[in-house]
Amino acid sequence: MITDEAERIAALGPSPRRPARDAVNPAMINNWTEALGDGNSAYPELAPPAMVQVWTMRGLHPAAEEHDPLAAMSAVLDEAGYTSVVATNCEQTYHRYLRPGEHVSVSSVLDAVVGPKRTALGEGWFVTTRSTWFVGDEPVAEMLFRILKFKPGNKSTASALQPTVSRDTEFFWQGTKLGELRVQRCSACGVVRHPPGPMCPRCNALDPGYVVATGLGEVFSYVVHHHPPVPGRELPYVVALVELSEGVRMLGELVGVPPDEVRVGLPVRVGFRPVGEFVLPVWEAR
Amino acid sequence: MTVLPELRVEVTPTFIVSTALATRDFQDVHHDRDRAIARGSKDIFLNILTTTGLVQRFVTDWAGPGALVRGVSIRLGVPCYAYDTLVFSGRAVSTSDGVTTVEVVGRNSMGDHVTGTVRVVLP
Repeated sequence: MITDEAERIAALGPSPRRPARDAVNPAMINNWTEALGDGNSAYPELAPPAMVQVWTMRGLHPAAEEHDPLAAMSAVLDEAGYTSVVATNCEQTYHRYLRPGEHVSVSSVLDAVVGPKRTALGEGWFVTTRSTWFVGDEPVAEMLFRILKFKPGNKSTASALQPTVSRDTEFFWQGTKLGELRVQRCSACGVVRHPPGPMCPRCNALDPGYVVATGLGEVFSYVVHHHPPVPGRELPYVVALVELSEGVRMLGELVGVPPDEVRVGLPVRVGFRPVGEFVLPVWEAR
Repeated sequence: MTVLPELRVEVTPTFIVSTALATRDFQDVHHDRDRAIARGSKDIFLNILTTTGLVQRFVTDWAGPGALVRGVSIRLGVPCYAYDTLVFSGRAVSTSDGVTTVEVVGRNSMGDHVTGTVRVVLP
């Protein structure tokens, strides 16, 4: 069904040429070079070639178009459940530079629809369109544009990893949000323990409480993480197992100390770093 | 083989918003953080037309105003969110029929945001 629709849309051929709102003009060129920080002195006498698509952007209130191959194919895939989109490729060729006063128009055609493919983002279809910009009947630039329309699955390209919260650990993450490093303590026998769990390993009581730690300790051991890459993280970084003055050991990132200056016994204190919806405890040298 | 001077771009919210509007891209994910987060993003992020423009700028900063850019081909990787730093590096790898091919990579804290080639006629 998706393939049939793709063939139908491709068979419609190139869309009618849609003119740009404005002629190529120095004001829009200057806005562009100012925003991008491009100091090329060839502009605005000439237009930056990479601006070609800007001239024919549909603007703030785009009018519905009868024949837009990308929109038509996207609608088919939306209908089939491939609702998310990410652009993957953009290949532009410039036959010549444009000058202020020239008026471009654009025409697009559906080139290929390939799928279903398993990707890191989920199952999806690659949709490729080709666009040509004209001044009069002269083609001045071309673009191949490819998107992936996918069903959102397990995301492997996520932002920084975040902890999961359970009934046992909830008190800990509530504490970090308040700037408190909370350590579990058995309400029955008073022994402190970490990581948190439901039962006291000494007296087997199921009655955990907590104390707020001073946050002072020493590096007991550490690793420097060089590889593999971790989403949302810059490598390398140091993960330290710290022995707190309360007597428990706790893992956390050691920040502000170059990896080759870390040593066992380094005195540290806790700091707090927001990551997404969480606040993570980190270790800082003291 | 020539290595191009590095280009560092501090991707502030102001940079994302002003470049999105200068490229006439009014999609909310490029200027409205609440909407961007609601759509599953971490923050507002750079639009493709700006990435293409920055790749071109990286090459013409090096090649000078007399250079003629013939093409920009890019593959898009991780998004570039607000408050990240985008660092472009590249090298001129070959010249044929007067057209030099420059390989470009734009990296941020999450990895490769863009990889691609620029075809340019040097002055």
